[in-house]
Amino acid sequence: MKLLLDSTRCQGYGLCQEPSPELIDLDEWGYARVRAAEVPSGGEDAAEAAVAACPNSALRLVK
Amino acid sequence: MTGVISLLPEGRHGLLVPPLGRSEDLDSYLAVGGYAPLVAPQRLLDRIAALGLRGRGGAGFPAAVKLRAVRAAPGPRVVVANGEEGEPGSVKDRWLLRHRPHVVLDGLRLAAAMTGAERGFVYLSDAPAERAVRRALAECAPELRIDVVRTEHTYVAGEESAVVRRINGGPALPTAKPPRPFESGVGGAPTLVANVETLARVAAMYSRPDAADPVAGSHLVTVSGPGGGAALVEVPAGTHLKVLADLSGHGRADAVLLGGLFGGLYGEGWADLPLGHDSLNAVGGALGCGALHFLGPEDCPVAVAVEAAAYLGAQSARQCGVCVSGTGALARALSAVAHGEAGYDTVEKLHRWSRQLPGRGACGLLDAAARIGATLLDRFPDQVDAHRGSGCPACSDAASEDGRRFAVPVP
Ligand code: SF4
Ligand code: SF4
Repeated sequence: MKLLLDSTRCQGYGLCQEPSPELIDLDEWGYARVRAAEVPSGGEDAAEAAVAACPNSALRLVK
Repeated sequence: MTGVISLLPEGRHGLLVPPLGRSEDLDSYLAVGGYAPLVAPQRLLDRIAALGLRGRGGAGFPAAVKLRAVRAAPGPRVVVANGEEGEPGSVKDRWLLRHRPHVVLDGLRLAAAMTGAERGFVYLSDAPAERAVRRALAECAPELRIDVVRTEHTYVAGEESAVVRRINGGPALPTAKPPRPFESGVGGAPTLVANVETLARVAAMYSRPDAADPVAGSHLVTVSGPGGGAALVEVPAGTHLKVLADLSGHGRADAVLLGGLFGGLYGEGWADLPLGHDSLNAVGGALGCGALHFLGPEDCPVAVAVEAAAYLGAQSARQCGVCVSGTGALARALSAVAHGEAGYDTVEKLHRWSRQLPGRGACGLLDAAARIGATLLDRFPDQVDAHRGSGCPACSDAASEDGRRFAVPVP
């Protein structure tokens, strides 16, 4: 499973990072950076939580 | 004046016919074996794979892999000749369209046959190129339905997802991937977006099977440098950059900006670098679209980096927050270095951004800007240091954002 960020949609709200800090960190301007596109096993719930948290639908999961 | 020079061995078939002052007409193109009927598309595709033809738009992706991906996709398919040359220092695509439109259209028709596409587009922004292509289509339209789509010229308008978006009626701006055009492109159909030089090489490989190997392995390169000496050159892969510099009057260069603005700066040792995607990738550079800009002894690499970063920042399509913030921060930091106002923390930030920014925008513009910063710091530490606390005359002129330094007139 891959966690993908559409950087044209990311507004830097930072809400995705709160539930899933192990998958996402924020840069100095607040934009999300996916640590590794491939979601590590056991990280599926966190990935889904990150996707759900983004108010701008910038994140998606691809099987 | 930009020269047009072939460095291919005597008698070898290339794409640069002597500039005619007009566009090659149908009869001349037929006389060199153009538009020969394609009986076995699969065999041509296998040949392209075997000879390892790489795409000439910038990324150097194997042409056969792209062709096969579109061929394998279900439903109607589309092929696009991409002639929108974003790099200000490159002229090859516009030269080909203006002077040899038939070789590009021939390549497009062969690509359609290989992929099974029934619809083709020529995508460009250059008005003389558009006139030449329309004239060529009026002379001889291949069996394929071909539309010409004109776009506004910007740095990113030729990026393949921007091409698809524009042809679909939207703005010429990149989109997030996946999907890539070969999965979902024009009208949602699997789409091959191929650079015009790539298509011209496909056509030349087909019309001159005996010369297919060298055709696949040669490059159109635009060389430029201080004082305006510039040339469009066709060279075999592996040619040392020194040869190209000498040819265009830049043999005394101290450094070179590789791949248009995409491959970063290279100093000491540049002369022995062999031209090629893999050889330049191996040293942390990139061939990109094949544009090389030499820096003379009077040029300051810091000033060049500032202008390149300012231009890229101004050309950011401002879609991705990280690109707007990142290119802006890079340009400001480099400008601080140029004006002797940068502390160690600025240099540290530049190092950090060069690691953290690549790959984060929807297209490669941010990566290009980050690589300019990184290669300046890595390869010119003494020049960067020398700017600290004192003004550099070459840097004191305010950096222009218009990319003037890098622009080359089309011959
Ligand atoms: S919540 Fe969405 S918009 Fe905000 S930083 Fe995360 S991905 Fe970007
Ligand atoms: S990375 Fe920059 S130039 Fe590329 S699409 Fe995003 S904003 Fe536009």
